[in-house]
Amino acid sequence: MSSVLPTNYLTPTGREEAWRFTPLKRIAGLHDPAVSVIDRISIELFGSARAGFNISTVKASELPAKSTTTDAIVQRLRSEVTEVVHLKIDNEAVINEPILLKRSVGSSGEFSRTVITAGAHSKASVIVENTGDGIIGEEIEIRVEAGANLTFITLQEWGPKAVHMGRHHAIIGRDANFKSITVTIGGSLVRLLPTVEYSDQGSSAELWGVYFATDGQHLEHRVFVDHGIPRAKSRVNYKGVLAGDGARTVWIGDVFIRQNAEGTDTYELNKNLLLSDGARADSVPNLEIETGEIVGAGHASTTGRFDDEQLFYLMSRGIPMNEARRLVIRGFFTEIIDKIGDEVIQERLMSKIDSQLETLGA
Amino acid sequence: MAQLVIKGLQVSVEGESGAIEILRGVDLTINSGEVHAIMGPNGSGKSTLAYSIAGHPKYSVTGGSVTLDGVDVLEMSVDERAKAGLFLAMQYPVEVPGVSVSNFLRTAATALRGEAPKVRTWVGEVKEAMSKLSIDPTFSERSVNEGFSGGEKKRHEILQMELLKPKIAILDETDSGLDVDALRIVSEGVNRVKSEQNLGIMLITHYTRILRYIKPDFVHVFAGGKIVEEGGPELADRLEEKGYAQYAKA
Repeated sequence: MSSVLPTNYLTPTGREEAWRFTPLKRIAGLHDPAVSVIDRISIELFGSARAGFNISTVKASELPAKSTTTDAIVQRLRSEVTEVVHLKIDNEAVINEPILLKRSVGSSGEFSRTVITAGAHSKASVIVENTGDGIIGEEIEIRVEAGANLTFITLQEWGPKAVHMGRHHAIIGRDANFKSITVTIGGSLVRLLPTVEYSDQGSSAELWGVYFATDGQHLEHRVFVDHGIPRAKSRVNYKGVLAGDGARTVWIGDVFIRQNAEGTDTYELNKNLLLSDGARADSVPNLEIETGEIVGAGHASTTGRFDDEQLFYLMSRGIPMNEARRLVIRGFFTEIIDKIGDEVIQERLMSKIDSQLETLGA
Repeated sequence: MAQLVIKGLQVSVEGESGAIEILRGVDLTINSGEVHAIMGPNGSGKSTLAYSIAGHPKYSVTGGSVTLDGVDVLEMSVDERAKAGLFLAMQYPVEVPGVSVSNFLRTAATALRGEAPKVRTWVGEVKEAMSKLSIDPTFSERSVNEGFSGGEKKRHEILQMELLKPKIAILDETDSGLDVDALRIVSEGVNRVKSEQNLGIMLITHYTRILRYIKPDFVHVFAGGKIVEEGGPELADRLEEKGYAQYAKA
């Protein structure tokens, strides 16, 4: 053990609030400066270039992060990554077909930084598809400029061995709308930080998420919405399903309304459906409010088994128990997945979920 | 002809300090084509009667019997009761997020008929039933009962009844929370299904208002967990005048 760390951040031990749920043994040293990690560009545009946006690779020093972070892995990767992928959507561009980015990871640990800039008054959606078995620490910083509308979708369709530590941070400008949909159904260990800050008034964020953990998977989502600007709006809705022995999920929903954030309107919701014994869901909504001059602030969290009333209602129409359960589970996922707005992707995700449910006999 | 026979039905629920008896011996026979109004004050056990017949797990039957055409209903699971021909229109229909009305109706029809309805005729059937109940076609794509107004929920219940074609329907306070227009639409729906399908109806209500639209053949006054008085439609008029106070000690 080296007593002098090469950088000024501290290696998590697992006792920190931010790491207390995460099985550090399984993250392959991404957090540990003593373990070397490759600096690699693993994200690329799928399909041909189109009008309205441009994707390029630039020196990290030319595109430094605009946001601050306390996350040890993100701090580390920021210091180690030399090149950054920049997706720039032109000002006023209206792009109807989603921009699809695919990530192909290598077999050893890697770090990656991506910046997405949605130019002023642009309208677009970006999908990041993650597949394969890899070990990755990544940061995507999303800059939503004034009046822009951006939908940002990440699909964690990882293989069973993948380790994914990621921060997806949006900075939302004046009158801009940011919508994110996070779908995590694969991977051995996934820990994502979907976070939002506002740089000007009239901005809004909708953060949707759905996760499905089966035997031995650890899926963690730590949402943070930082209301530091007056008259901004946020909605958070994450839903999780757990099935099988050792299935583990963590959802943290931090919302901070700073003193100057008058007129804030926020609501966050997390629901977990436990399908079997031996699964564990942690759900921790936190609301910290420094001003009373707000439109609204609320949160709700539920974790439980099937709702008997729902099953009774469906069965009273002749639907047998097993089918009623399947309807409820599929509905639980569909509510979020249907927001993606791409039927091919939605069907692919639902069929993956269906086949996992079938394997589980749920 | 179908016949629902309830004999000496006793039902209790699990309370904090043991079982609480709610139904204390209910006797009632409903034949196809008949409308039986069950009227009574709040808390008299009317809804318990409805949910017990439908098989809600919260209620345990401690005595008596319920048969449909001679077959023991109480031995059946909830879905089997629906397959046997029973239908419960609920006072508070349950939200099922992410399950569309069209998917729900189709799944239920498939389960009840034993095979998936043919796509072309089914779509037409649903559309027609919806338009008769003045339900907007976009309704099909919404999640079951989610964000529905009170009137929409009740119309959705009657829509299901029309499509699922039960023999005996229990309408639990279908009139509650409806304005006059919605009450008329819902009542017309009930009358239509009754005349087309020779439906037998148990109409549970607190108020006489709905009886101006759906004419009862029999009126039963429910108080203290059992039927305390029975008569024809004229009994409803008397209740309208005098209220339930006279049965308070029953």
